[in-house]
Amino acid sequence: MQVNARKLSQLRQLEAESIQIIREAAAEFDKPVMMYSVGKDSSVMLRLAEKAFAPGPLPFPLLHVDTTWKFQDMYRYRDTIEATVKADLIKYTNAEGVAMGMNPFDFGSKKYTDIMKTEALKQALTKHEFDCAFGGARRDEEKSRAKERIFSFRDSHHQWDPKNQRPELWNVFNAKIKKGENVRVFPLSNWTELDVWLYVWLEDIPVVPLYFAKERPVVERSGTWILVDDDRMRLEPGEEPQMKQVRFRTLGCYPLSGAVESTADTVPKVIQEMLLNRFSERQGRLIDFDEEGSMEVKKREGYF
Amino acid sequence: MTDEKDLIRDDIEAYLAKYRKKELLRFVSVGSVDDGKSTLIGRILYDTGMVFEDQMAAVRAASQTEEPDLALLTDGLKAEREQGITIDVAYRYFATDKRKFIIADTPGHIQYTRNMVTGASTADVALILIDARHGVLQQSRRHAYIASLLGIPHLAVCVNKMDLREYSQKVYEEISADFMEFGKTLRFKDIQFFPVSALVGDNVVSDSENTPWYDGPNVLGYLETVPVFEDRNFADFRYPVQYVIRPDLDYRGFAAEVAAGVIAKGDDVISLPTGKASKVKAIDTYDGELDEAFAGQSVTIRLEDEIDISRGDMIVKPDNLPRVTRRFDAHLVWMHERPLDTEKAYLVKHTTQTVRAQIDKIYCEIDMDTLEERVTDGIALNDIARVRLSCHRALYVDDYQRNRETGAFIVIDSLTNNTVAAGMISLEGADQDIGEVMKELHAESAMEPKTFVSNTERMERFGQRGATVWLQGLPGSGRWTLAYALERRLFDDGRTATVVNPVGEDLRSMISAAKAVTDAGLINICAFPSPTRTDRDKLKARIGEDRVIQVYVNTDEALCRERRPDADFSKFEAPEDPDITVALDEMRIDKAVEIIMEALRERGQFED
Repeated sequence: MQVNARKLSQLRQLEAESIQIIREAAAEFDKPVMMYSVGKDSSVMLRLAEKAFAPGPLPFPLLHVDTTWKFQDMYRYRDTIEATVKADLIKYTNAEGVAMGMNPFDFGSKKYTDIMKTEALKQALTKHEFDCAFGGARRDEEKSRAKERIFSFRDSHHQWDPKNQRPELWNVFNAKIKKGENVRVFPLSNWTELDVWLYVWLEDIPVVPLYFAKERPVVERSGTWILVDDDRMRLEPGEEPQMKQVRFRTLGCYPLSGAVESTADTVPKVIQEMLLNRFSERQGRLIDFDEEGSMEVKKREGYF
Repeated sequence: MTDEKDLIRDDIEAYLAKYRKKELLRFVSVGSVDDGKSTLIGRILYDTGMVFEDQMAAVRAASQTEEPDLALLTDGLKAEREQGITIDVAYRYFATDKRKFIIADTPGHIQYTRNMVTGASTADVALILIDARHGVLQQSRRHAYIASLLGIPHLAVCVNKMDLREYSQKVYEEISADFMEFGKTLRFKDIQFFPVSALVGDNVVSDSENTPWYDGPNVLGYLETVPVFEDRNFADFRYPVQYVIRPDLDYRGFAAEVAAGVIAKGDDVISLPTGKASKVKAIDTYDGELDEAFAGQSVTIRLEDEIDISRGDMIVKPDNLPRVTRRFDAHLVWMHERPLDTEKAYLVKHTTQTVRAQIDKIYCEIDMDTLEERVTDGIALNDIARVRLSCHRALYVDDYQRNRETGAFIVIDSLTNNTVAAGMISLEGADQDIGEVMKELHAESAMEPKTFVSNTERMERFGQRGATVWLQGLPGSGRWTLAYALERRLFDDGRTATVVNPVGEDLRSMISAAKAVTDAGLINICAFPSPTRTDRDKLKARIGEDRVIQVYVNTDEALCRERRPDADFSKFEAPEDPDITVALDEMRIDKAVEIIMEALRERGQFED
């Protein structure tokens, strides 16, 4: 095969395209913000944003919607990022939810997610009048995302209407909106989970240690391992935490995110395990099993 | 696949080293509900091991048949599952040991044009299915035509359901020849045919024993090897500035994705629209400086000289310029329910520039049955037409077939912000030199003065049609009183109306003023004396008969004379056919106002 120096590998092509998307949104919107969930996709998106504006700082802040029920490791990691990143980090928690004593134990995953994530995000966007929010979602994650636009239009109630999305051609993005409306921009749309991990590895991007296997105290629920992360964890009668070598494939709130038994303690080993297992990524996230097509429902309501 | 699996198991780092070098190929798959497209994509995903166990379990559960229905793998949203059809473009991802693939999966039903154009805009290869039982249908020609129009370089034609035609070589060759007859009139770099059965798996990811007479590649083999990196334009350097990076006074970098061509440190460049020349001082990235950047890379360029450059400007090379023009021809694909309005100013987004533009001329549309041009006076959803655009400001463009990046644009409705059309620029004639370019740029301020706001837009904004309500009657008939009462009433109703009453003007100036207000989309109420029929004919001719509502204020003459004893009553000729007649000696003003309001409503003067 002919070797040509002017040929981009698929990963470098994705990188270049994502940078183009981030710059385009930053230029066209009045007040963008980057959703920062602390997960691996957010970390990759953040690196791409740093690349887009280097050597300058990010021209927008980061927003962490804090449900107060993230894993302790995630908070520690977030604080490290906050100390080093060339951008402001806004932390937002739904104060009404906290006042209601909202927690995933007493209220069920649906209600809890509605109030502490979906509602909190809407509140934060409204409060700061953000007209564009970058998100780290990928099209390969879930069926209903396969046809999501890169610039995804939301009405003034932050709602997504799958029947009313603008056609998206080439890399020419329509960023025109009216006051009060906003757009979610997904720079990682065309990345797969493997691409994200490969990028983490090649670029040496630090990620939350929970992604890597380690002995952790867990209990088994609905066929998945739930981490006993701090003393807020409520044990069912007869449940006894046990030490297991586990890791997380996706990070959310505990006890909603389940862990899997694993020995993968490096990025290549995580990739190896992922490829050999061939299980859909979101299987470890309990919220997706609420109802048929549940991610689509959440999206209509304004969750990512 | 097994080799890959072994490598993953035995030496993951070696696998990753290989994976990271993979090239990307985007293809669009088009076809109708029945020709087996979803099955083909499902087959590719399944046979390349891209399907997860839990997904497969769901497919098995949902299948009506004993064998899993692979078409269900590419199934989309809940609403669509209920309707039984896909309604948009869905993107799928898979990789083999040679390449990573992005499939834009588009449906072939009635909305196909809009969806296919969307999916085709970024594709390297178009994959078209032909049902071997039916041969080349018009629909296949249509799909190939759109793929070619969108500048997709490679076409793969799968003659599907060969199992239902006994894998007949003759059938395959007849269909191929038939299609080629048409295909050679299009602009593909190459067209490749495949005898396949998506259902059984013949020649999809492996060569089939059922077609010993076929010695070409299988579909996947072709997708893995068709050369695509040369399809990019590396000849014409185009750098549409996206963002200016200025962290401090010492650093000023122009960030963009190289749209086409190659740029190296030290190269001479000029910036449009200023025409200022400089040299490339550095090509920066987060990962360090580059000596050279090429089409598809996102970089930041610094120049030797301090010249004023902002977003929307384009950096190019002095000996290779784009066409700088405010007026150009293009193929337009209309994508919205609301048809084209040739008087309206739309927004056109081209590279990083957004300008106001009118699509002021429709040359012809493409008849989607014959694929021939035909005369038309309008463009609606899913129509493809050849048009002329006139922009408020010059764009820096290339012919779409020569350069997709700088030949493409989208059209945005400035009222609703919807994307309503996609355009592909067609240019004729020789390239310009810098002298001609600067002349074109300076000509901007000498544009012919004309409005960029159409009647339809005004109507949408005001919720009403522009009109002149002309009150006629004897002196003292109460015309002016009625005029102001009507204005108040219209205003309270949420309408935009005004009484035009310039003091001391003659009738001719009065009519001009009335016309201007009506043109602006307002409801103009006028009670200026226009006693003779000739006066009124002039008025109707000038403003337009259908925009004038004549109201005869037929107040009793004796009463009028009593009110205005000094006035001249001799000139007045009663109108012969007024639209409305009111008599203010018989009814109160409010009643007269209501009669006029009702008449306006009945005429369809208001939108709601």
